[in-house]
Amino acid sequence: MVEPGTRAIGHAVSTSPSFPEGRLLDAYRLMVLARATDERCLMLQRQGRIGFYAPLMGQEAAQVGASWALTPNDWVFPAYRELAVALARGVSLRAIFDQLLGNAEDVIKGRQMPNHFGFRDVNFVVASSPIGTQITQAVGAAMAAQRRKDPIVTIAFFGDGATSSNDFHAGLNFAGVFQCPTVFFCQNNQWAISMPRERQTRSATLAEKGAAYGIPGVLVDGNDVRAVFEAVREARERAVSGGGPTMIEAEVYRFGPHSTSDDPTRYRTDQQLSAAKERDPVGRLKGELLTSGTWSEDLDRELRESVRSRVSKTFEEAEKAKPLDPRSVFDDVFVTLTPRLAEERAHFDDLVREGVLKL
Amino acid sequence: MTELNLVQAINRTLRDAMREDPNVLLLGEDIGVNGGVFRATDGLIKEFGADRVIDTPLSETGIIGAAIGMALYGLKPVAEIQFLDFIYPAFDQIVSELAKFRYRSGGQYPAHVVIRSPYGGGIKGGLYHSQSTEAYFCHTPGIKVIVPSTPADARGLLLSAIDDPDPVLFLEPKRIYRSLTGEVPDNSERTPFGRARLVREGSDVSLFAYGAMVPPTVGAAEALAKEGVSAEVIDLRSLVPLDEAAVIASVEKTGRAVIVHEAARFCGFGAELAALLAEKALYSLKSPVARVTGFDTPFPYALENVYLPNAERIAHAAKNAVRAS
Repeated sequence: MVEPGTRAIGHAVSTSPSFPEGRLLDAYRLMVLARATDERCLMLQRQGRIGFYAPLMGQEAAQVGASWALTPNDWVFPAYRELAVALARGVSLRAIFDQLLGNAEDVIKGRQMPNHFGFRDVNFVVASSPIGTQITQAVGAAMAAQRRKDPIVTIAFFGDGATSSNDFHAGLNFAGVFQCPTVFFCQNNQWAISMPRERQTRSATLAEKGAAYGIPGVLVDGNDVRAVFEAVREARERAVSGGGPTMIEAEVYRFGPHSTSDDPTRYRTDQQLSAAKERDPVGRLKGELLTSGTWSEDLDRELRESVRSRVSKTFEEAEKAKPLDPRSVFDDVFVTLTPRLAEERAHFDDLVREGVLKL
Repeated sequence: MTELNLVQAINRTLRDAMREDPNVLLLGEDIGVNGGVFRATDGLIKEFGADRVIDTPLSETGIIGAAIGMALYGLKPVAEIQFLDFIYPAFDQIVSELAKFRYRSGGQYPAHVVIRSPYGGGIKGGLYHSQSTEAYFCHTPGIKVIVPSTPADARGLLLSAIDDPDPVLFLEPKRIYRSLTGEVPDNSERTPFGRARLVREGSDVSLFAYGAMVPPTVGAAEALAKEGVSAEVIDLRSLVPLDEAAVIASVEKTGRAVIVHEAARFCGFGAELAALLAEKALYSLKSPVARVTGFDTPFPYALENVYLPNAERIAHAAKNAVRAS
């Protein structure tokens, strides 16, 4: 727990009595998969095969650790960088790629930019671009669960920049007042596009912002999968037993650009980045596995190669999927077409029939 | 049937909807213990408890964000925004989130939220308790916008709003909350969206209005009748979805249209109606479409009666339309 105004980083918690040690290698595999997907997607965007991408590299341990502390019935309210959370909850790589491509298989029917996916079957609410808006929504869903006496939590993922948003303050305030089962999980990756963490807020930590709302704040080393797991597990347990919400700050570093539309060399130095990469969560876990003797460089090379080829193959398959039906643009505005939308669709059909619109 | 005023009708309808469906709950500022600043939720906390009539902290984005989360989870929240003038902290949640949830999730996450909000002038509320800014929301695909003008419609339309699986902004004309009463059905019959209400038949000119502008528009029609002008009055009541067929049919019959709203004129809802008539009823028009609206000024406090359309201005515009052809 964090005392306001101090910077007592409590990440001595590299141990977690509850962490499923037998699945440590699975955690590593998941992190490698997320990293490989990221690397491939950045390349695919440069090749013009996808339109946009927002990488998560540097945040793998935070996302896997947090996800593993949840149950399938818990609800995830993501920002737009939560690839590893989706994968950890069982979303297939193919479904992710279908969304990046906006093809006919895309669950959200091509409605949003890459990364803004959502999968109701695993309680992964659809992302949006506005910053922080999912925070109050996570609180509302938790208030609903509280009223139905469902033993679940909602977890809101957001970044350091979101702690300046209206909904961060409204959300923490509501959660404090109503003591609803929400975990506020801030991945402080040190950058909101070009704005460094220290210029986002004068507060010494983001975790301490919980104190203003009567919510416990926890600062955790986001590169340590066990520490994150433990922090979220504790917060979850407190929430489902009626102890209310928790504000967690997981300290990580955004290795990549904000998105493929961003050039981080304009605002940060190579030295800053390479210093951060010394704490690479994927490298750190690999090191631990090697030291423990359960893993070897050969096995690692094999894993990375097989993951890379799986990623490429899956993407190529997704590329072969049919394109969206253009008429579907009118669907899902409302549950049924309004007369106005029906008329617009009929007009669209005419334009196609007359050859004005060539599809 | 029971004789009720508009705010009583809303109160009773909320009560009945909550009795009918345990998933319906209310949230907003001062709606519980205080019963709402206009008393729309008076007594409901006593019957349903603080878990279903939730007094929230003072944050509109918190109210609407939380309502969205509740709806995604399966409840049917009815959120109150105390005055439409104070809805803007929640604009992002309404426009970027609520209205787009079904679409952006490919139909996975509908957001069953009703937002009730008193709107409009004529209560000496000044700049920030008087505005009629429905057009901002009508412009946003994905949210329905409903404005009742009678106690019976307030009930029937509110029941439809609470049933509707899509988000609804339910605007309550606070100026006529208590100034008129009417027979309200005791049953739970729904008034469907997308159907205008023919208030008064006429043959010379069509007057289109909604909400608190309906009574002065009817007043204008009565005055016009004394001068031999037969005015048809149509209460739109459902702005989104709009009963375009009723608007067009009326103008095809009368050949003249006067559009009334208290919102500012420029890019107001009347502009959409005028465009509709230009697109689909131009050849039926015998005179230019006229608009009687609030002026393109902020809403004035001391001079609100200068600003707000009244029966005289509406009748004047209608007579000009008749004279022009």
